[in-house]
Amino acid sequence: MTRHATAEIREHLRSAKTLWCPGCTNGIVTRAMIDAYLSLGLDPEKVTVVAGIGCAGRITAYLNYSTVHTAHGRALAVATGAKLADPELIVSVVMGDGDCAAIGGNHLIHAARRNIDMTALVFNNSIYGMTGGQAGPTTHEGDRSKTSPFGNPEPAFDICELAWAAGATYVARGIPYAYLKLVRLIAGGIAHKGFSLVEAVSDCPTYYGRMNTKLDAAGMLAAQKEAAVAVERYDPERDGPITGTYPVGLLHHVERARFTDIYDQVRARAGYKPDGDGAAESAP
Amino acid sequence: MPAPRRLIQGNEAIAEGAITAGARFFAGYPITPSTEIAETLAARLPAVGGTYVQMEDEIASIAAVIGASLAGNKALTATSGPGFSLMQEMIGFATMTQVPCVIVDVMRGGPSTGLPTEPAQGDVMQARWGTHGEHSIIALVPSSVHECYTLTVEAFNLSEQFRTPVIILSDALVGHMREAVELPTGSELRIAQRGDLDIDPDDYDTVQSTIDNILPRPALGSPFRVHVTGLVYNRLSGSPETASPRAAGDLGAYLREKIYHHHDAIVRVEDFMMEGAEVALFAYGSVARAARAVVRWARQEGLPVGLVRPITLWPFPTAAVDHMAEQVRTVIVPEMNVKQIAWEVQAAVAGRAKVVDFGRIDGKLITPAQIKDLIKKEFHYHRFS
Repeated sequence: MTRHATAEIREHLRSAKTLWCPGCTNGIVTRAMIDAYLSLGLDPEKVTVVAGIGCAGRITAYLNYSTVHTAHGRALAVATGAKLADPELIVSVVMGDGDCAAIGGNHLIHAARRNIDMTALVFNNSIYGMTGGQAGPTTHEGDRSKTSPFGNPEPAFDICELAWAAGATYVARGIPYAYLKLVRLIAGGIAHKGFSLVEAVSDCPTYYGRMNTKLDAAGMLAAQKEAAVAVERYDPERDGPITGTYPVGLLHHVERARFTDIYDQVRARAGYKPDGDGAAESAP
Repeated sequence: MPAPRRLIQGNEAIAEGAITAGARFFAGYPITPSTEIAETLAARLPAVGGTYVQMEDEIASIAAVIGASLAGNKALTATSGPGFSLMQEMIGFATMTQVPCVIVDVMRGGPSTGLPTEPAQGDVMQARWGTHGEHSIIALVPSSVHECYTLTVEAFNLSEQFRTPVIILSDALVGHMREAVELPTGSELRIAQRGDLDIDPDDYDTVQSTIDNILPRPALGSPFRVHVTGLVYNRLSGSPETASPRAAGDLGAYLREKIYHHHDAIVRVEDFMMEGAEVALFAYGSVARAARAVVRWARQEGLPVGLVRPITLWPFPTAAVDHMAEQVRTVIVPEMNVKQIAWEVQAAVAGRAKVVDFGRIDGKLITPAQIKDLIKKEFHYHRFS
């Protein structure tokens, strides 16, 4: 994996001006996506990015591919239809953590179960940023937010564990601090044949940081290094939410038949012949 | 060669109509009384190289349909009241983003779980206004098995032509009723194709649809690299433009006018024995079947009664109602809800005729006898028959 020249990256952007706050790491993750596409040598015309609503979802207006900015929580379901209708598309689905694990949680587990060939990229900043800093399903227990002023009473979802348990065949977590590793994990997800999920830990200094860590943007980025433990060294007996650490790297990787492969067999059993007209034009 | 005569159900006819129209994608979730549409397409679509996918809920179903349409497939979903309610947000997304697709709502008694196996017409206003915000919509109401088939083809044609979701409002009676029908083949019907945008991709943001020339949107994965957003967008570039009242106003007006400006091309209404009618029945869907029988009876009795049957419910057939209001002294609107369309008729009639509403919401059909009673009252008619 290499870091491509900024001029080359810019060709993949409609605009380099974003509405993301200063210090937000969404921009780094966006660049990592483009670096991953470039590293894989993909045809940009076949890249399709489907996103939900929230800070992360705005990426669709910036990336110069076919892009769909759907409704809150529905990105994976829209992407499912697009990928099944045109299996040639290279589909990436960008979601925020609330988008993915709260309102879109049902779509997440079923997309993972179907093992449709697409890559979910979750920009996880542990808070609802677009609406001004409310607690969500990834906000840690005890964290402060606009809707948990006395500390969040709920435990957080681990989105990677959730996707793994639901049947995702490639699950990874990366941090913007370790940029090239993040690029490698995203590229691995895109190259993987099946449903992949890459959680990119993202910082929200404006809301999460201000109300919790009290760190500035640089401080939050540096803190990622302390919190992230390479999965090879991660010890659940020692590490975890208690110590404020989480595993990063390729967490899970298996091969399993994809929906599209199995559905080709369904078509064959139904009598469809891709090259002949078969049953295609039979009158009702 | 004429098509063979077949005994099929309304729901099956909708599924066959979708195949004939060229639909190659269905996403859905089982719900009574619409399930046979999904069942039929689960068997038929893979045989023609299409895709049937059963989603986790109705929200996902309409979302997947929108995704499939954006990727170039003609696509549909089918549901009933509870699922139709869940779909409303994404129907709004499809109107905003101008994605052709077809949504079948086989209406049952509601609200909530209501009467799952009994017919109703309680979703007609939800079809019009169920999603939030100002928007336009097209909705068709079949009243026979044959029409389930032909109107499904028509729904796809309209959705492609006007780049809009089209709703088919069937009901539990029409959906489950079996009739012997000869269904025309695709070559006997007009089938609208999506078409390609014949310009250089570099010029994409220099062409803009007008009300009279609605251009097709290139599919995802084409050199045009389209951007689709549910935010208010600039009609030329497709980019979000939420800080411009002018862009918002322009888009809103366009989305509305691209449908309403074409009222005459879209709206279909059937007049039955309206010659010399002094009283008109205004009935749609399964209720129109009872109304038609009553008109025949009335004419035999020498009573000048006719039927105006909207086939298109939205946009509302204001021109036909206008015409009717000039002719008759009374309009009777029997429907399996309470006044949902009667209010609309009253607004269009605007005092030129008396409007009598008759609603039934117990899951049972409006019978010819009930409609006859309304007519007898109207003519002070006391003969028993």
